[in-house]
Amino acid sequence: MKQNQKNYTAFIGIAIMLAAVILLENISAIIPGLPQVFSPTSPLFTVLKKAAVYSLVAVSMNLLNGFTGLFSLGQAGFMLLGAYTYAILMVPSAQKDQVYYLFGGCAFDFSILDMFEGIFGSSGAGYVISLILSCLIALILAGAVAAFFAYLIGIPVLRLKSDYLAIATLGFAEILRAIFQWQKLGKVTNGANMIKGFPTFSSFNITGPSGQVILRLSTFVPFLISTVCIFIIVLLINSSYGRAFKSIRDDEIAAEAMGISLFKHKMLSFVISSFFAGVGGALFAMYVANAQAKAFTSVMTYEILLIVVIGGIGSVSGSVIATFLYVACSEWWLRFLDSEQYIGGFKLPLLRNGFRMVIFSVVIMVIVLFFSQGIMGENEISISGLMKKLPGKKERKQ
Amino acid sequence: MEYVISVLLSGISVGGQYALIAIGYTLVYGILRLINFAHGDVFMVAGLMGIYLTAALPITESLPLVIMLTVFLGFTIERAAYKPLRSAPRMSVMISAIGVSYLLVNTATYVTGGQPMTYPSIPFLSSTVNVAGTHTKWVVIITPFLVLALVLALTLLIDRTKIGMAMRAVSKDFETSRLMGIKINSVISVTFIIGSALAAVGSILFFTNYPAITPTAGTMPGLKAFVAAVFGGIGSIPGAVIGAFLIGICETIIKGLPSSWDVSVFSDAFTFALLIIILVFKPQGLFGEAATDKV
Repeated sequence: MKQNQKNYTAFIGIAIMLAAVILLENISAIIPGLPQVFSPTSPLFTVLKKAAVYSLVAVSMNLLNGFTGLFSLGQAGFMLLGAYTYAILMVPSAQKDQVYYLFGGCAFDFSILDMFEGIFGSSGAGYVISLILSCLIALILAGAVAAFFAYLIGIPVLRLKSDYLAIATLGFAEILRAIFQWQKLGKVTNGANMIKGFPTFSSFNITGPSGQVILRLSTFVPFLISTVCIFIIVLLINSSYGRAFKSIRDDEIAAEAMGISLFKHKMLSFVISSFFAGVGGALFAMYVANAQAKAFTSVMTYEILLIVVIGGIGSVSGSVIATFLYVACSEWWLRFLDSEQYIGGFKLPLLRNGFRMVIFSVVIMVIVLFFSQGIMGENEISISGLMKKLPGKKERKQ
Repeated sequence: MEYVISVLLSGISVGGQYALIAIGYTLVYGILRLINFAHGDVFMVAGLMGIYLTAALPITESLPLVIMLTVFLGFTIERAAYKPLRSAPRMSVMISAIGVSYLLVNTATYVTGGQPMTYPSIPFLSSTVNVAGTHTKWVVIITPFLVLALVLALTLLIDRTKIGMAMRAVSKDFETSRLMGIKINSVISVTFIIGSALAAVGSILFFTNYPAITPTAGTMPGLKAFVAAVFGGIGSIPGAVIGAFLIGICETIIKGLPSSWDVSVFSDAFTFALLIIILVFKPQGLFGEAATDKV
């Protein structure tokens, strides 16, 4: 009964949040004259989209680093696999020649989007159905490809100890990046150039017959996908598998003595984490509207790792909160640090391009050194927990 | 033939420069069991300091100053970012190292404005010389000898001096050596000082032969040097040097292969493939297990 009620409140909370996102996105169209912040081009929505994508990747990394105790630095590599899988599968055939013009067309003349459009038609409701279905399938395949490669590399490297595992996965990500930039594979990966022309988040905006936007869904879509994925990860963490992961994190030898197969569970965690990193990579490609190997460097992995640390290693809600804070600070709130500012006639010193990131790294170092628990430690925020703290609400016995 | 010689020469020279960085990794790992992710960035900062200082001072003063400042930087990083975490889990220290690396890269971006900076030409080192029909810079010829001399000096330091004995003891057993009255913190500081000084020398040699320094210029040489240290057996100095030379030579050979094969993009990937293969088949590296000279 207790568990059911908890799930029930969680579902309601998620539904309210998603509805709020749709409302927020369209509020400027409903009520004219609102502040600039609510207009569709405002940094608010860039932040929300990017943070939705990053939070999924951060949670997937936390599953591995925080819940299983495997220090892996290969996240960017698996994101790359997901991004390219999604991009290659989704570029419509009509666009392929244009995207791959340097290599004289694509060797892989197939697009899931075209396939479904062939079934449901390419206009009106048929297009909507084929867009949603193809996008879903491509996202799942993006995850599956990442998971498959994680399985392959996991066989040798998961036997390694903590820091060797970190450097081996980091190396694996670098190898992937080199392979995807290889000109010889240009007919598939477009070499070092970017792949574009596939459906992005804004493709989900509902438009009227003359092309004007009726209902914006471009922020809602990443929120929905990330929420579903994070929810699945939470279910996994709370299952018996999740408890096995945590026991491996806390003490490998004791876990093994209790009959937990170390290799099997490490592999499971690694593959699942990479699956969601792949989905996250595909979402990232949708967010930036292109897929390019150059973007998925080890710096990206470090960034995500630092988000996880800020949020608290071993806390899903901490990772999500930290992602939103981190992305909002770096993309919006602290932007002013990068340009010269005047207070009255006084020019503030030090402010110029790059200062934001210096402040950022100092803050991160302070957190790492003095607040190693992060925002949440290993605790979680739950809706029922918040409800209890609300004033005027009586504590119910559950 | 001339082409082969020039490729080999630059391979040996790059290898020597990696060796100087790799020693920093291998010493620190031997004692703290920590992959010092910031080491490659310390190397990059040394390069940038070289640029700014030679612009202001004559070469004879600026280069020693670069080495001293880099040593100070390495020492400060250890005291500020690693020492407070001595009893924390290993993962926290590694995260701290990644944080330091992030800080150094971002500060470098801020200071340079993100622009690639050209390294000044150092008299003699930058001038060209003719070897077996190929033109090359003096730095290419000097590097391997300088590296060997430095390694020899370091080996003497570790084998013959009291602080060297302390370093060997700490790397064998942290707790016991502390009980024996060895001042752990000063031993660790000395390790970081030696590592940073060698990285500074490496940066002078490396960037003289390199078009420009960007804030991320240290990441790849750093990671490759670490791979070299693992390849040679982490904790072993001769191992790190041999590993670095091998990786440097292989990398230049891959870069020098006919351009129609188009494999130069794999020069970095090769190093990591090598790393994974070694970790899987011989995790202790070439000289790891038999290492009586483990530091």
